Amino acid sequence: MKGFLHTARLDISESLRARWFLLYALIFGAIVVILFVFGLSESRVRGFTGLSRLLVTYIQLTMAIMPLFVLITTVRSLAGDREAGVNEYMLSLPVSLGAWYWGRFVGRFVVIFLPVFVAMLGAVLWGALKGAAVPMGQVAWYSLLLLVLSFCFLGFGFLISAMARTTEMAQSAALLLWLTLLLFLDLILLGLLIRAQAAPELVMTIALLNPLEVFRGGAMILFDPQLLMLGPTAYLILDVFGRTGFMLYSVLYPIGLGAMLALGGFLVFKRGDYP
Amino acid sequence: MIEFSRLSKNFGKTRVLDQLDLTIRPGDRIALIGSNGAGKTTLIRCLLGEYVYEGQVSVNGRSPRAHRTDVLRHISFVPQLPPPLKIPVGILFDYAAKICGANSTDMGAIGARLGLDLDEISNRPFVKLSGGQKQKILIAIAMGRPARTIIMDEPTANLDPKARQILFDLMGERLDHTMIISSHRLEEVAALVNRVVELDRGKVVLDDRVEDVTDPTARLACTLTIKRADAAFAKTVAEWGLAPDKSGCLWQGSIAGPDRLRFLGMLTRYAGLLCDIHLQDKKEAAS
Repeated sequence: MKGFLHTARLDISESLRARWFLLYALIFGAIVVILFVFGLSESRVRGFTGLSRLLVTYIQLTMAIMPLFVLITTVRSLAGDREAGVNEYMLSLPVSLGAWYWGRFVGRFVVIFLPVFVAMLGAVLWGALKGAAVPMGQVAWYSLLLLVLSFCFLGFGFLISAMARTTEMAQSAALLLWLTLLLFLDLILLGLLIRAQAAPELVMTIALLNPLEVFRGGAMILFDPQLLMLGPTAYLILDVFGRTGFMLYSVLYPIGLGAMLALGGFLVFKRGDYP
Repeated sequence: MIEFSRLSKNFGKTRVLDQLDLTIRPGDRIALIGSNGAGKTTLIRCLLGEYVYEGQVSVNGRSPRAHRTDVLRHISFVPQLPPPLKIPVGILFDYAAKICGANSTDMGAIGARLGLDLDEISNRPFVKLSGGQKQKILIAIAMGRPARTIIMDEPTANLDPKARQILFDLMGERLDHTMIISSHRLEEVAALVNRVVELDRGKVVLDDRVEDVTDPTARLACTLTIKRADAAFAKTVAEWGLAPDKSGCLWQGSIAGPDRLRFLGMLTRYAGLLCDIHLQDKKEAAS
């Protein structure tokens, strides 16, 4: 436990000094600023005003940017550490592999979740100071969704880093994964499958396995209980789960998937060469 | 006792270690030599439990893969290439001390002996330091730990003569420790060891005892006479701690005993300029 906590703290210290973190934090801070500048907090869409609209837009942008950012930066830094000799040295110290791996996982999780969360929280506070109503339920729900999305993609990142032997391979695999998940959103290939009259069960399974689709549905369900904006898959999903069931699924599935992927990464890491 | 038994390691189709057998007893100070690609670093990484291998590696009867924390608690390591860590030096010291059950003050004291200004560099990112500073920090961490086995991969590569002398002193204070010093040039480490193991294509091709008479802490009084004052020569020998007389033709000082071959190697660059070289062990001269 001691090694785990020290390693988590070390990884946080290391990541906070990395360029990718600066860029990552700047991007999410900039998104919030831009949303305010363009007056999204003032608009009225589908009965929601003020911060609700801003939060929905923010969460949609985050869904597009964060997974890719988490994947690329995680695999770059972890696979890069192996190539640059960081693992060779750090793993010559008497830290257990579990403490090292999971300590880094938790440290990295804190570092990727905080900027996204703090940017959203900043927007809420700023809006509240300007007199806008704060949709507390929505803020809490989106915080939870951001947490599970970052956890899930961190799991992907750690698994890819453990499996790939070079940084280039890890980056290519991460990019390919992101593109695949993006293509299988309801609006793209999934829509084509539905038009091609593929079995509804197949379409729904693909949709429910895709953490991006699940996150998208989870983000929309608050203000669009019928998930009309999501697309045809939504009807099937809501038929099976119901609203509350889907909300639960959109939290538990990415967390479970992320944990399984990270565990898979640990098993691969433990059995192979560390440097 | 460290034992490698029929140790093999492949990277793809390349066999880097080939059925290697080697036993290292407590108190052995080994120069692990061999050309690039001979398998030195791979052997060290197998000993540190960082590679999957065929055959057996045991440290006091324990496998470094299966019992890594127990084994590594007694082994300290200085790599050839410092890792590009962005964390400040103070945090690195702190982490290493806590993980190793050591005291960061002890590590800091050794760093100070090696010439590091810890107050100045404590908050600076490790990766931003010079090669010599990084090497000194890694040596300080390794020597500040209560480990009985010290593994060093080209430890003197980035050190200036003064820091090398201090490293030799530190090693001299630990002559009862087991040491494995990897180098591709024997003359770099010959004076520090009592055994030489040479690797070639993943096998031990030479395993020889060396007469253990060299004192790593020895100092040699040195006098050099040159034909005329020379700026390049002056700059180089000043780095070794020698001082000139008024004419700039007579240089005197002392050098570390284990550094004598390196020192003479440096002097060959000025062979045309040198008239006289005199080296004498200070302890012998006194007796």
